Amino acid sequence: MISMRNVHKSFGSQKVLDDLCLDIPEGKITAIIGPSGEGKSVLLKHLIGLLQPDSGQVDVDGESIIGLRRSQLNRIREKFGMLFQNVALFDSMTCFENVAFPLQEKTKLSKDEIRRRVLSALEDVGLKNIESKFPDELSGGMKKRVGLARAVVLNPKIILFDEPTTGLDPIIKRAIHQLIKDTHEKFGFTAVIVSHEIPDIFDVAQNVAMLYRGKILQHGSPSEIKNSNHPAVRQFISGSLDGPIHMI
Amino acid sequence: MGNCVVQALGRVTIGTVRDLGKTGWFLLYSFYMIVRRPGSPVQILKQMRFIGTKSLFVIVLTAAFTGMVLGLQGYYTLAKFGSEGMLGTAVALSLIRELGPVLAALMVTGRAGSAITAEIGIMRISEQIDALETMALDPFKYLVTPKFIAAMISLPLLCAIFDVVGIYGGWLVGVKLLGVNPGAYFYEMEKSVVWRDVYSGVVKSFSFGVIIAWIGCYKGYYAGHGAEGVSRATTESVVLTSVLILVWDYFLTSVLL
Repeated sequence: MISMRNVHKSFGSQKVLDDLCLDIPEGKITAIIGPSGEGKSVLLKHLIGLLQPDSGQVDVDGESIIGLRRSQLNRIREKFGMLFQNVALFDSMTCFENVAFPLQEKTKLSKDEIRRRVLSALEDVGLKNIESKFPDELSGGMKKRVGLARAVVLNPKIILFDEPTTGLDPIIKRAIHQLIKDTHEKFGFTAVIVSHEIPDIFDVAQNVAMLYRGKILQHGSPSEIKNSNHPAVRQFISGSLDGPIHMI
Repeated sequence: MGNCVVQALGRVTIGTVRDLGKTGWFLLYSFYMIVRRPGSPVQILKQMRFIGTKSLFVIVLTAAFTGMVLGLQGYYTLAKFGSEGMLGTAVALSLIRELGPVLAALMVTGRAGSAITAEIGIMRISEQIDALETMALDPFKYLVTPKFIAAMISLPLLCAIFDVVGIYGGWLVGVKLLGVNPGAYFYEMEKSVVWRDVYSGVVKSFSFGVIIAWIGCYKGYYAGHGAEGVSRATTESVVLTSVLILVWDYFLTSVLL
């Protein structure tokens, strides 16, 4: 389980996380929803130690990840895989090399075994015959799928998805969501998805938490969130301009 | 009003000290990583090809013309004292002790230093460095140490090539165009250039290699946001590296003279 307790984070005078508390259950898909610019990606980066809180506690499987040395943090990071908002594929490497990279660096598998695993991971995300292509030769949806293959190839315990479907057409969007569900069923990892995709995300996630003004406003099952009485949650789900959330 | 000035001064001082600390830590950590995890030989060779081999053309071109100018200027000055025979010594000592290491380093800064910053900066803003970290891998092992090692090996070699080409540039002008005795050109040079001169050039070019990799990698690693951040980092990298090379050259010269 991952837990965040009383986490504060500011960038200069801008307060992003304000006494935030959140528990992410093991083996389930948890979605973090909320308006743009509210710090959802910042929250995600705290879970893997890419950002350190100004104060508060972040625990992964009961172990604090605050103030650790790089080697200690790396030991915890080995439990994680991450799909970035902009995918963050290594642009000087081919798709094959991108997916093979974690296997080459973190395991002692033979070249043949690495090849087998990479091709199988690419096939699992519905990609064939793209091994020798570079990331900039792929469409947005294909890049996301290569990123997903790279994130799952080491079979991590926890996978973080930072807006995995942003900028994709509705069909690819649904395909990516289905892919996340299928790979989750297959591998049983804990997933945290930062997403704006309302209502699609309710079909993917088993838990939903809404982040607003640096705090988790409500956390519960998709049906609890859909039937929420909280005015900000209701406004965000309905996409209405009237309500406590003022974007313009 | 007075309060504001003091506050602004304090902010600038704290910022400067923090930046200096961060820059110094970056250098120390890079050396620590060179000893602990230097990166794969393939990566190092790839970087040597980029920093060294691909700089050859510009180095040879600059060296040839530098040597030719030294030949012309040297002849003009020495002829006033009737010492044209010393032209080889003047060209060789100027190149080996000073111009070879400095000009080779400045050329590599413009060609490879800026590219190092842009490459790492783009990896920073496109979250590729974060991706390495999330895989529990140290980005220094992949991005920084191979460049350090490659620059430390390549710069002395490029400097040696610069010296040789420059000497022949001086020979072309002095001997072939201006009629200096070819025997005197090389004999005087051989008599005057001692191991200490060569050693001084090697030490300088090695340390300039460290400076180019250090500032190039540091500026890229901490590049600001977006294309503008990378562009600013690249400019700052070239300017700071060039200035540091000249300042460090003065200190080294005063120690090694």
